[in-house]
Amino acid sequence: MLKSDNSQCCVDPANLERQLRRFLPQHCLLVGEEDLRPYECDGLTAYRELPLAVCLPETEAQVIDILRTCHRLGVPVVARGAGTGLSGGAMPHAQGIVLSLARFNRILRIDRLARLAVVQPGVRNLAVSEAAAPFGLYYAPDPSSQIACTLGGNVAENSGGVHCLKYGLTVHNVLRIRVVSIEGEVFEIGSEAPDAPGYDLLALMIGSEGMLGVVTEVTVRLIPKPELAQVVMASFADVARAGDAVAAIIAAGIIPAGLEMMDKAATAAVEPFVKAGYDLAAEAILLCESDGTPEEVAEEIARVTGVLSAAGASEIRVSQSEAERLRFWAGRKAAFPAVGRITPDYYCMDGTIPRKRLAEMLSAIAVMEKKYGLRCANVFHAGDGNLHPLIMYDASQPGNWQRAEAFGAEILELSVALGGSITGEHGVGIEKINQMCVQYATPEIEAFHRIKAAFDERGLLNPGKAVPSLHRCAEYGRMHVHRGDLKFPELERF
Amino acid sequence: MPPCSGLDDIVSAVRAAHDAAIPLRLRGAGSKDFYGGMLAGELLDLSGCRGIVAYEPTELYLTARCATPLAEIEAILAEKDQMLAFEPPLFGGATVGGCVAAGLSGPRRQQAGAVRDFVLGVKLVDGCGQVLNFGGQVMKNVAGYDVSRLLAGSMGTLGVIAEVTLKVLPRPPLETTLVFACAEAEAIGRLNDWGGRPLPISASFWHADRLFLRLSGARAAVEAARRQLGGEAAMNPELLWDSVREQSHPAFAGSLLWRLAVPSAAPCPGLRELRAIEWGGAQRWYDGEAEAVRDAAVRLGGHAVLYRAPESMRCREGAFAPLAPALLALHRRLKRAFDPKGILNPGRLYAEF
Ligand SMILES: Cc1cc2nc3c(=O)[nH]c(=O)nc-3n(C[C@H](O)[C@H](O)[C@H](O)COP(=O)(O)OP(=O)(O)OC[C@H]3O[C@@H](n4cnc5c(N)ncnc54)[C@H](O)[C@@H]3O)c2cc1C
Repeated sequence: MLKSDNSQCCVDPANLERQLRRFLPQHCLLVGEEDLRPYECDGLTAYRELPLAVCLPETEAQVIDILRTCHRLGVPVVARGAGTGLSGGAMPHAQGIVLSLARFNRILRIDRLARLAVVQPGVRNLAVSEAAAPFGLYYAPDPSSQIACTLGGNVAENSGGVHCLKYGLTVHNVLRIRVVSIEGEVFEIGSEAPDAPGYDLLALMIGSEGMLGVVTEVTVRLIPKPELAQVVMASFADVARAGDAVAAIIAAGIIPAGLEMMDKAATAAVEPFVKAGYDLAAEAILLCESDGTPEEVAEEIARVTGVLSAAGASEIRVSQSEAERLRFWAGRKAAFPAVGRITPDYYCMDGTIPRKRLAEMLSAIAVMEKKYGLRCANVFHAGDGNLHPLIMYDASQPGNWQRAEAFGAEILELSVALGGSITGEHGVGIEKINQMCVQYATPEIEAFHRIKAAFDERGLLNPGKAVPSLHRCAEYGRMHVHRGDLKFPELERF
Repeated sequence: MPPCSGLDDIVSAVRAAHDAAIPLRLRGAGSKDFYGGMLAGELLDLSGCRGIVAYEPTELYLTARCATPLAEIEAILAEKDQMLAFEPPLFGGATVGGCVAAGLSGPRRQQAGAVRDFVLGVKLVDGCGQVLNFGGQVMKNVAGYDVSRLLAGSMGTLGVIAEVTLKVLPRPPLETTLVFACAEAEAIGRLNDWGGRPLPISASFWHADRLFLRLSGARAAVEAARRQLGGEAAMNPELLWDSVREQSHPAFAGSLLWRLAVPSAAPCPGLRELRAIEWGGAQRWYDGEAEAVRDAAVRLGGHAVLYRAPESMRCREGAFAPLAPALLALHRRLKRAFDPKGILNPGRLYAEF
């Protein structure tokens, strides 16, 4: 039986179950509490909720029926991929169902000549590149979670990865999606041909966090695998210099395949775990990857090394083999789990800032560590200004999570004040819903609600996520602060 | 209506038009008056809203007011060896606002991406005269729906783009152009074969049995590719690519021009009126009868735009491929979300709104 614990709810769980069973076989519907438990949160475990039911459809026709049923009965629907999201986007709704796309796990077509793959949304990100590898092709966006996260989740979050600087985000690499609306209508958005007619709905759908429709098919662009990749690792005695070195690389006209930074706290956490060979004495290290033909890579590596030494790097190493390259990266890619080993819990932030404000941001974070009494390690997609501070806390200690949350909120709001954004790739979800009120003023938030209504008039898809109500913003108490005004008069300017 | 010279003028003009329900026809420099649906409404002359607001070479962005000429932007970028990588056509005096609204990209699109891929943020005046800010100046920003990119190609029907921030990129250190003699089918085959290999191809143009290929990138990469590909060095490559980008090349001459966007590997549709192929096979230019061209586009899995045509034909045919009914309904709802009275460039994208 579906649980029914909310007296004021308008959903009749027994009726919902009956309606869903009409077209969903037994193994496609979970209703028992122990079966629902694994779905109560995504990668952001601090926020949890049990849904009324979890649907695991196997066909698009079932997805359509589920959505129609929920639309008719007024039941909230939360789509879910692998549940690796870091903003609570896939956290269930207590009065709704989770629509898991886990069984949509087939790669439908790989077209070598046209360089594209048609996949179902539950296919894992890495599986696409693995399937394309025999043709010398791959799918470029590579979130660190790529062994687990799904293409559907990537589309919903506009996910990035360490190679986005040169190869773009999900939005730059998806050609077409098939979407089912909450009313059960099927839309083809985008196409294998460039510039599909009408509004660029693909741009609107990508990064829309499951708020506008349920993705049932994705066509992605594949690109030829570069012949060679090599990575330069540079140490810096202070983070400001490392930040300046990033700007210097760009100023030299180089767009590396990846440009990442880790601070001392991050390398210290990672090194014992991965043994990547990081310089533990450095305040910050930069990883700068070059890819292309062997001649091209040699030329670029020489230029990068020149720029880095001129920028004051204290040590520079260039990967001498593919194994070494992968080892240098392994530490960066395992940064989150590595930090997870040295602290009971960690909270990953995702602000973006103009690259030149990096040193300011890191000094401010150091001040916040004292203020909140929590440590923070920083990994940074430095090339595109996307910072991932990992705030370490212990959820079993009373008040600890609240301090971590306040710490995170302060980082995000400072990101906005420095001219950036509260989220570069993890999405707003439930986590950053208040900070949306800081980044946007009332007219934009109203516009977002109108867009939502154009797709989902009754607001049944992922309600309460991504876009705050104006009421919520008023409560958060910052609507009087307008864009561009000094947001943190109390904060010391660096 | 007097020309607008800044944001306040745009806001008051749109508010007045909204209150009186008077349709407005948005115009930067008018370089694309020929493009899209019919022009209707009172002229909203934006030509005075110009000027580069910010340019940060190391942050890779540039912010400009809507009527800033692209030529001015390209000149300032060139000083720092940077560029608008989507190579938009200038068509005389094209402005940055019109460039984003029309969503036209040039030869380098096959390598670098389209206009929309470079839009980072906008200041928009919606159909009620409200000023809205979306996106920003950073490369990655997933807070809220991506309205900035939605505006690329919206033909001014969702709002007046008052200011726009674009991502810019360094110019490649070296470019060289090769030419090959080959027929249509062979050109399509070769382009797709090369596309699957890690070659620094930044543009392609086929016309009259000659295929031009531009290589761009690090010196070593370009030279290695040139050795691999063979072909002959083209004469005056800069002039050639400029004429392709600006459509001053004879391939685009005449009063009727269809643009077919198709999957790059789509076979030859067997239409006689092929003029040119670009973008690795994904953009093909034709003249010819509407029905035959539109059918061919659909058959190949793409769509056709009536790019240049006599007014009577544009009226009759509509410029853009028709939308499926459900999609059209969604477009209408989105249009209403930004422009409830339908006063902004009515009919410029589709006759229906
Ligand atoms: C260790 C770790 C490292 C990470 N590294 C990165 C990184 O480098 N870059 C990065 O961008 N992210 C990263 N992430 C975040 C996360 O992996 C991405 O956001 C990913 O795209 C989520 O995919 P998922 O399948 O797990 O989606 P879920 O978490 O299941 O869902 C995410 C959102 O997508 C919606 N959704 C899912 N499927 C669909 C669908 N078919 N239709 C409509 N909506 C749908 C959900 O409703 C939800 O709002 C990381 C996460 C972890 C845990």
